Amino acid sequence: MKKDLSLNDGTPTEGTTGSGTLGESLRSQGVSRRSFMKFCATTASMMALPPSMIPLIANALENAMRPSVIWLSFQECTGCTESLTRAHSPTVESLIFESISLDYHHTLQAASGEAAEAAREAAMEENFGNYLLVVDGSIPLDNPGYSTIAGISNLDMLTESAKGAAAIIAVGTCATYGGIPHANPNPTGAVSVKDIIKDKRIINVPGCPPIPVVITGVLAHYLTFGSIPELDHIGRPKAFYGQSIHDRCYRRPFYDKGQFAETFDDEGAKKGWCLFKLGCRGPTTYNACATTKWNNGTSFPIESGHPCLGCSEPDFWDGGGFYKALSMPTEDISKTAVYTVAGAAAAGAVIGALNRGKKSNSDKIHIKTTIDDLRK
Amino acid sequence: MTEIELLSWARGPGLQIATVIFVAGVVIRIFEIFMLGRKANLAEAKGGEMSGGLKTMITRTIPDRTTFKRSSVTIVSGYIFHIGLFIVCFLSAPHILFLKDIIGFGWPSLPTPVIDAFAVVTIIAMLATLVNRLTNKVMRYLTNFEDLLTWFITFLPLVTGYLAFHRIGMTAPTLLAVHILSVELLLIIFPFTKLMHAFTLFIARWYNGAISGYRGVAS
Amino acid sequence: MSQTDTPRFNIHSGNELTWNVKPILHEIRHALLELLDNGNTSVIDLRSIPLAPGEEETIISALGQGEVHARLDALGRSDIVETTYSGVWLVTHYNENEAVVGRFIEITELPAILKSQREDMSDALIELTQELETTDT
Repeated sequence: MKKDLSLNDGTPTEGTTGSGTLGESLRSQGVSRRSFMKFCATTASMMALPPSMIPLIANALENAMRPSVIWLSFQECTGCTESLTRAHSPTVESLIFESISLDYHHTLQAASGEAAEAAREAAMEENFGNYLLVVDGSIPLDNPGYSTIAGISNLDMLTESAKGAAAIIAVGTCATYGGIPHANPNPTGAVSVKDIIKDKRIINVPGCPPIPVVITGVLAHYLTFGSIPELDHIGRPKAFYGQSIHDRCYRRPFYDKGQFAETFDDEGAKKGWCLFKLGCRGPTTYNACATTKWNNGTSFPIESGHPCLGCSEPDFWDGGGFYKALSMPTEDISKTAVYTVAGAAAAGAVIGALNRGKKSNSDKIHIKTTIDDLRK
Repeated sequence: MTEIELLSWARGPGLQIATVIFVAGVVIRIFEIFMLGRKANLAEAKGGEMSGGLKTMITRTIPDRTTFKRSSVTIVSGYIFHIGLFIVCFLSAPHILFLKDIIGFGWPSLPTPVIDAFAVVTIIAMLATLVNRLTNKVMRYLTNFEDLLTWFITFLPLVTGYLAFHRIGMTAPTLLAVHILSVELLLIIFPFTKLMHAFTLFIARWYNGAISGYRGVAS
Repeated sequence: MSQTDTPRFNIHSGNELTWNVKPILHEIRHALLELLDNGNTSVIDLRSIPLAPGEEETIISALGQGEVHARLDALGRSDIVETTYSGVWLVTHYNENEAVVGRFIEITELPAILKSQREDMSDALIELTQELETTDT
């Protein structure tokens, strides 16, 4: 897989504003205009933009300057980087990668130790105010020692690096909402990027992991338009997170007709019926899985027979059992009801007896008792 | 608090609290009613109490002609929204799942477009009852705060359910949480209002039929 | 199983149940009418529509293959096929691993990507000129 990611090999002297525009960069690599058109068409598709915008994208990408990108990895499983670099579409995603100058990335870079940190600092200084900061993983606040890089705590590295960033892209549910580390009881005090940085534009790209084309789509948007895409109320790009899975799911007709799979291997499951009864979080989850799908449109969890986990929503790990339907209670209500009936029966018997007592007393002394008297 | 946290609370602790208050309230009130008992009727029984009572529980469903003429709007809109609520609450798939989790068994559901249509009809019928209550002279005279409150807490789950299903106005998790919370509100207030008629209705009908049956007359 | 084998699932939804095929064919018909009447071209991005497994194949086989089959080798293969319906083209983009990265239905006289591009032609002119100069000397 030919991939030139222009990674800094540790020498901090190289200019990192990239070699000219994206158009020039591609042409110098022998990419023809026709190939560039193909690239723009597939990029538009990836960015969920209508085909009519392809000429606009072509023009913008042709003239886009290669921004410097610093990628910080904190308390994460590296799934987001894996998702992105699996590059099942190396021509598109690696081209996006080549259109940025990835100056710092733990997993991908060749350098390590102090040389790597020096490179990061140099890139930040040289591009102050213009570099893109990409963050994956949550930040532990309880004890900075839980997660450090070269002795620097995540909190310090984030606040330091955010200062000169043009925009911050929080990738994955850990960085956007806390993710797994944040799940009950949150032993490390994990928080998200937006809980710490308050004065910079943050684009949240959640998912566990996010769909790779969504990550590159956001990057492509920034390259094309030089601005952040339109965001929803919790910072997610509406282009990818504007629709719930339920509203775009191809199994929706089965939901509407009332045809559900009751277990994972019954007739309904084999026929591909709706997975609501098996705990699907599709109705309350916003993501592009149902349209964009995974592995270049191969499939997504529901299509493969597993209900949606809701991984692009905050606190999805604590959102009730994954295999309990959304309309079911998360706790044992029947037990509560039975105990309450028993307790209330006892209480009712006592109250009833007291009422009878009051009534017969007043009968004896010939005073009329009304319901209101009993209520007192 | 995030949306999912709110939803989880509504589905968990919120529901527990509402269940305790609802069940305790209903059980205690029914005990109170039955334990107060009836005065012994010293006249000779001319017919059966039980048969009169049971028959009346069913025959009272159909109003007599004069009553119907006098309160036709109340009766018709009332029947429509009660039937509509029954269908929406007990024949929609997500609701059946909810009940199945509590009582252990479920039953077949109706397709969602059908439920949707009934929900709309029910909303219109409920609005009709409110308008009737406020415009009809007699109804207006009789109406007090409790009547309006019970109307509102019954209407709220219906409307929030409709909004949650169609995802209008807010994002899905919030809409669903609001719907579940509105049901919990209904459950909590239920035992302290006239909504108890859901249970006492049958007791009252039986009693009316029993009195008449004892005396050997039709009711 | 190589990376390019289509995974087999034992779940199938026939197109009569998820109803995407007919509406898309209607949309194509409408676009073709628009092309003939007003000369406006249209592009439908098949990736933007939530299709059930099997529906994409159904649509493609419904369109069939016509007289033209062009193959593009640019950043991986691309197939540009005129379907049995003249004016309706199916453009499929593959990456270097033969995975599909884009699928469009273009209703046009000729998909733009087939035409030679000005920038490429300018570069070609320079190259050819240089080639001729070196062989001359």
